[in-house]
Amino acid sequence: MSLLGNLFGASPIRPMQRHMQAAVTCAREILPLFEDMVAGRTETFPEHRKNVDELEHQADEIKHEIRSKLPNRLFMAFERRDMLEILDNQDSIADRAQDIAELVDQRKMVVPEPLAEPLLDLVRKVIATCEHAGQVIQELDELVETGFSGREVERVEGLIKVLNNLETETDELAERVQRKLFEIEDSLGVGTVFWYELIGWVSRMADHAEKVGNRMRVLIAS
Amino acid sequence: MEATLLGISPVIWIAGALAFYMAWGIGANDVANAMGTSVGSGSLTIYQAIIIAGVLEFAGAFLAGGHVTDTVRKGILDTSEFAANPELITYGMLAALASAATLLLGATRLGLPVSTTHSIVGAIVGFGAVSLGTDAVNWGKVAQIVASWLTSPLMGGTLAFGIFHLVQFTVLNRDDPMDAAKKAGPFFVFAVFFMIGLVTMFKGLKHVGLDLDFFGALRWAAGLALVAALISRFVLVRIRPQPLEEGQSRFRDVERVFAALVIMTASSVAFAHGSNDVANAIGPLAAVVNNVQGLDLAGKAPVAPWMLIVGGIGIVIGLATMGYRVIETIGKRITELTPSRAFAAELAAATTIVLASRMGIPVSTTHILVGSVLGVGLARGIGALDARVFGKILLSWVATLPISAGLSIFFYFFFKGLLSP
Repeated sequence: MSLLGNLFGASPIRPMQRHMQAAVTCAREILPLFEDMVAGRTETFPEHRKNVDELEHQADEIKHEIRSKLPNRLFMAFERRDMLEILDNQDSIADRAQDIAELVDQRKMVVPEPLAEPLLDLVRKVIATCEHAGQVIQELDELVETGFSGREVERVEGLIKVLNNLETETDELAERVQRKLFEIEDSLGVGTVFWYELIGWVSRMADHAEKVGNRMRVLIAS
Repeated sequence: MEATLLGISPVIWIAGALAFYMAWGIGANDVANAMGTSVGSGSLTIYQAIIIAGVLEFAGAFLAGGHVTDTVRKGILDTSEFAANPELITYGMLAALASAATLLLGATRLGLPVSTTHSIVGAIVGFGAVSLGTDAVNWGKVAQIVASWLTSPLMGGTLAFGIFHLVQFTVLNRDDPMDAAKKAGPFFVFAVFFMIGLVTMFKGLKHVGLDLDFFGALRWAAGLALVAALISRFVLVRIRPQPLEEGQSRFRDVERVFAALVIMTASSVAFAHGSNDVANAIGPLAAVVNNVQGLDLAGKAPVAPWMLIVGGIGIVIGLATMGYRVIETIGKRITELTPSRAFAAELAAATTIVLASRMGIPVSTTHILVGSVLGVGLARGIGALDARVFGKILLSWVATLPISAGLSIFFYFFFKGLLSP
């Protein structure tokens, strides 16, 4: 076969974007779940869990595809390491969402009234953070188009700065929920531990979203 | 000359048929590499690519194909060494054509990436070394040619790296890249036509009755480039932005401007390729014909235009019978290459090849294109390139040179036994 025909390797960019879309969709599924937890509709939990499981499974398949098609011999416009690190963090967003849906369904967790409002605020902000990280990943093809230079780099750096701010806001919201949780811990008994864990998982989704952005900085600068 | 067919010696018929087959092979395989980047980037449809390749390969072969042909004909071997036995050149050049043709056929079957340029040079060195001994080989010239196989992809790569950075600076990093592309486009067109025009016209068109000195060539090239730039300006302003759909790149419209510009760079690559590669088929033929007709003992007779026409037509027929399918296959595999990248790579490759042709050095168009694409890749302009290709290029060197030399030695003794009185 011709040399030129074999010159082009499979670029991981489109699959990376599809993977991030799957992970963000996974994260979005958490909001209707928490709304039902507030409303006490425990019968819908298995359905939510099934949705999240399916989405997480899709993301996993894309992840395996990307990893198997990223051999060392590829000469890429970025470091292979950075791309894999971003992939891991994208994947963790979906994994955390799955953990959350599983725990909520198993323990049929209904949100105590005092936690309802701050918890929903946190969930919404975390999803917004993940979506914003998704926007950063959507810029990957434009970055290659410009050869990682000029206005496009400035634009993406601006997006990452916003992402950092969003993550800081989720930290503050998480702390607010935790404070509320400790105020009512006596009434919850051992359940407190699980709520504490759940809040941690939710805010860690935003941590992973932020790491996607931070690693993009390294990828751009390489 | 005992028996003749239509008044032409059978030896010339054999050489003509082999040369035609070589040209056909070049059209069927090599042209695809020259045009594949344009089709792969979506800048040209397969039909447009065939028409551009057909016209400009022929033009390149006819207008600028003489210099490399001269090198292949008499630059690699010291022809004065053959003065005592001129018929040895005839056997040898027939052998070179036969071995290169065999290699081409075999490699296509086996899927090996051989270069027609490398195989013809290897074959000539092969028979030269056994017919009159290694002294007959002009090793200085051979070293220059072999060195160019390393330096020409490097030059293509370096130029492509620079041109892509220029495209970034003048277009991609601007506030309104599409508008910037329309403004910069005609300047690029001017530069390309000026360069190719100058290289081709400066003392290069004697055989069509146009003998220009440097300033004459300068004026003609500038005039040609100005006309081309004005035409491109007219075409580019007609490209209007269109509403983007969800998920589409913001650079889509810029790429549409570059797609129009790639028509021009693809033409230059086809022209350059024709000018360099026609020699692989026609060089040995010219040596045989001049020898049989007793014209070339001093190595002074020019390459006859009819030979360049035979080569040009052979390339076009190869393109029409098989090349189009190869272009299609390659085009499908390199969709990662957007028009702006194809533009930078093709412009760099065309420049390198045209310069090599003018200096009379047979180079591999494909290797130069690979080098140019790599240059854009080094400028971080391409998602992923497969590094295995570089190993395959080395393999093609190792596979082509000794095998073609060996085959040509075999065919040399074959023709010598068959034809010597």
